[in-house]
Amino acid sequence: MQRIGVFVCHCGTNIAGTVDVKAVAEALKNEQGVVFSTEYQYMCSEAGQSIIKNAIKEHKLTGVVVCSCSPRMHEATFRKTASSAGLNPYMVEIANIREQCSWIHKDMEKATEKAIILGRAAIAKVHLNAPLTAGESPVVKRALVIGGGIAGIQTALDIADAGFEVDIVEKKPTIGGKMTQLDKTFPTLDCAACILTPKMVDCAQNEKIKIYSYSEVESVSGFVGNFSVKIRKKARYVDETKCTGCGLCTEKCPMKKVPNEFNLGMNNRSAIYIPFAQAVPKIATIDPDHCNMLKNGKCGVCAKICTAGAINYKQEDEIVEEKYGAIIAATGYNPINLDKYDEFAYSQSKDVITSLEFERLTNAAGPTSGKLLRPSDGVHPHTIVFVQCVGSRCGAEDSKGGKSYCSKICCMYTAKHAMLTREKYPDTDVYVFYIDVRTPGKNFDEFYRRAAEEYGVHYIKGMVGKVMPQADGKLLVQGSDLIAGEQLKINADLVVLAAAIEPDKSARPLATMLTASMDTNDFFTEAHPKLRPVESPTAGIFLSGACQGPKDIPETVSQASAAAAKAIGLLCKDKLTCNPCVAHSDEMMCNGCSQCEKVCPYGAISYEDKEFRMPNRTTAIRRVAKVNPAVCQGCGACTVTCPSGAMDLNGFSNRQIMAEVDAICR
Amino acid sequence: MKISYYPGCTLKTKAKELDRYGRESAKALGVELEELENWQCCGGVYPTGKDEIATKLSSVRTLENAKKNGGKLVTLCSACHNVLKQVNEEIKTNEDFAFRANNYSKFDEEYHGETEVIHYLEMLRDTVGFDEIKKKVVKPFKGVKIGAYYGCLLLRPSKVMQMDNPENPKIIEDFIRAIGGEPVIYPYRNECCGGYVTMEDKNIAVKKSSAIMESAGSFGADLMVTACPLCLYNLTQNGGGSVPVKYFTELLAEALGVKEED
Amino acid sequence: MPSETLKEQVIRISGVNPLKCMRCGKCSGSCPSYEDMEYHPHQFAYMVEKGEIEKLMNSDSIYKCLTCFACVERCPRNVEPAKLVEAVRLVKIRQQGANHLKAESIPEKLDAELPQQAIVSAFRKYSK
Repeated sequence: MQRIGVFVCHCGTNIAGTVDVKAVAEALKNEQGVVFSTEYQYMCSEAGQSIIKNAIKEHKLTGVVVCSCSPRMHEATFRKTASSAGLNPYMVEIANIREQCSWIHKDMEKATEKAIILGRAAIAKVHLNAPLTAGESPVVKRALVIGGGIAGIQTALDIADAGFEVDIVEKKPTIGGKMTQLDKTFPTLDCAACILTPKMVDCAQNEKIKIYSYSEVESVSGFVGNFSVKIRKKARYVDETKCTGCGLCTEKCPMKKVPNEFNLGMNNRSAIYIPFAQAVPKIATIDPDHCNMLKNGKCGVCAKICTAGAINYKQEDEIVEEKYGAIIAATGYNPINLDKYDEFAYSQSKDVITSLEFERLTNAAGPTSGKLLRPSDGVHPHTIVFVQCVGSRCGAEDSKGGKSYCSKICCMYTAKHAMLTREKYPDTDVYVFYIDVRTPGKNFDEFYRRAAEEYGVHYIKGMVGKVMPQADGKLLVQGSDLIAGEQLKINADLVVLAAAIEPDKSARPLATMLTASMDTNDFFTEAHPKLRPVESPTAGIFLSGACQGPKDIPETVSQASAAAAKAIGLLCKDKLTCNPCVAHSDEMMCNGCSQCEKVCPYGAISYEDKEFRMPNRTTAIRRVAKVNPAVCQGCGACTVTCPSGAMDLNGFSNRQIMAEVDAICR
Repeated sequence: MKISYYPGCTLKTKAKELDRYGRESAKALGVELEELENWQCCGGVYPTGKDEIATKLSSVRTLENAKKNGGKLVTLCSACHNVLKQVNEEIKTNEDFAFRANNYSKFDEEYHGETEVIHYLEMLRDTVGFDEIKKKVVKPFKGVKIGAYYGCLLLRPSKVMQMDNPENPKIIEDFIRAIGGEPVIYPYRNECCGGYVTMEDKNIAVKKSSAIMESAGSFGADLMVTACPLCLYNLTQNGGGSVPVKYFTELLAEALGVKEED
Repeated sequence: MPSETLKEQVIRISGVNPLKCMRCGKCSGSCPSYEDMEYHPHQFAYMVEKGEIEKLMNSDSIYKCLTCFACVERCPRNVEPAKLVEAVRLVKIRQQGANHLKAESIPEKLDAELPQQAIVSAFRKYSK
């Protein structure tokens, strides 16, 4: 028979405001096995924990029930408390009377009744608890960063700096990400390439960092400290070890009409290409969709002229398998597709462009060598209209499927574009249509004000209703000026749309592989929005950059370093304490049907043939399930799937769950 | 193939050509438009008020009638099309309206939006097929630059009309290509002509229609086509008349060689 | 039961929740009747929210809306301003003797080409 202590927490007024905590402590006193019951203002405080410790010693408690907040919040706290008083930590049960009771109910009487029932269920469970001992598992001292943009680069550099090996998997032929496409960066206006490319080179030269460019994660198995990842190195038809990046092949390639994705299709590249001059690694890649040799065997120019003999048309995808202790997602963002925003005539006029296209049009390495020229006719535009919030901040029923969130970076980069245009081309009139100008960030509002005050950018509070391409090539922009109370019609030469940003399409399948959670917008969810912002709820998975939410460069870099710090904290450990609440199978009941193996998301269940004694001194070989406790995460999927009831979970046994249900239904 | 057909009041009076050419062309394309018996005027505009019941009942009767006659209803006038589609959507999705309308109407079987309403253009695109039309054209509009005028009623609200991209439509342009013409894209093709406000303030209709005509003209349109008698009226009477405006069915009949000269 | 306020009537008839408006002005940037209106689509959302229905009822703006649905189509928050304009107009013209279009005024407005669709529509919109 257990001797159980019950500790009811007020949580200030969080619980006590809706639940009569005294009545709960009083009612639970009468439950079978309860020898002590009390309540206190903050059970998690030093004083609260002392009450528990003293009670354990004084009343020789064998089990503890804390009626408080969610076990996600303080289960670990109270287990430690019990442990320090000499009680096995797994003899503690939490009854969640805050999130699942006081916070969601208003009627004190009913909430109190519910809290008592929840306490009763926890007591019923503790009666069947058994002391458990946590095992240990080793930590592989190597990290994987998925995505090689500025977020992934910063995370990798920081981890390598701490002395750990780190691999970057980047799906494009070069690392660098979106930042390589930017011209200048706000609010200091330093050149993006000048601050980014040294970091790219650092990655390449750091002996702790290995870059898998033009590669994608194929599968992930294992668990925190012990992930096993398959990486697909896509065939680039160029031997990475031989190519010197001289670029001769890209010059001689006769297929030069491939839309250049680096310049967002605003000019062309060759079928064999190096994305840009500072690419890392600086290795050529053949685009199999456009290479004549790969398509129909008719060409071979690049192989003929390559003095290094690096071209290999027969190259195939290669799968590499590596072990990692920690994984950091840094998959980044993309501007949304503007096909549904035809009121702005994006698909009808070449002179309606996105802000990222505008970056390329002002970049020295861009299609116009940095001269701001209209895409349709190459003429310098004299009137430019910027439209903010295209596809951001949309209602749930928005017919175009716009995003509900603020994309966060647009106000600042638009101020930057407007300012730089006015600085370089003072003869150009610049208008910015805005709903709100949002500039919370160090030196951000000052930057925006400079654009308006010093550079004379016309900020118009209102939204553009329609952009009408005219027969003379101009764009008639019709919008509202809410402050003047006018409908404006501006004859513009160029319209720049600040398209909403969304997570990269690769994030969703990656989240599935990582069993990491995502929100409805496909941003990775953090373990706690305030207190654990760079960790996924899945142990060992960390989040870096815009894959977690819209971010500018300073914020991305901060988060990247924070994610690295968290990963380093994990890699520093030699061993991790395992969760003892794992599944185990009763071999006598298991019939080897394999159903548990199929549902296990962690690949923790295998089968073995075992010899069993049978009646009359005979033996029989039977196939039975076996759980690897180091891999099992205790999710319980196998226990509910097992048709014969052979699978059970330590700490959450079928008997314990039924006892809880019985207690609730009593 | 027989499909139920709703001409609407204006097609029986001022817009007889829209109707006549529409029927003759359909016949040439193998579709018999069977006019619904005892149809009533749709009301011309969709009343958006949630508590407007009586003003939508004539449309409900038409839709219920079509349900009993094959379940598919072709409309030709843009306004009728808009009203019938919107009322149909409302009785499908608004329980209160469905209850009241059925309660009053006492049909043999309750009506809940089962009829499929399509515009004649959708019939050309989805039932006949523009490629099929192309094959049957005997007198193509070769070299003629034709501006499609959609106005507001064909496309909006797009959630209900479900006909084409409301900001960058192409169904009439595809139709123009099918009859051998050259579509002219101009930005005012989905701007309102002024509609019924011509009764209230002719000046508005003049401003709106003129802007449309000027825009089409500036892009070199020789001719404009519409599916709406009120649009045709506004563009020709209030729009300055710089470019001739015709019903698209007239061009279709001509291209198919079934246009009888009066 | 207290009688329904004008604001409550407008919200019930239109089915619109003006609180969804984020004041971006895209409706008024789209409106083809903007110049001919005293109060513009975004102001209908704001003024209905504030309960200033009488000002709207007494303004000619309610007869200038073309019900072309450009504002409804483009509103990023699905506020449907055109339905607010119509609801205010209904509240007005449902009053005794408040019909805006009177049968006796029709003959002078007729011309040989005017389709009756225009007359039917105008009566639907302007009179009860």
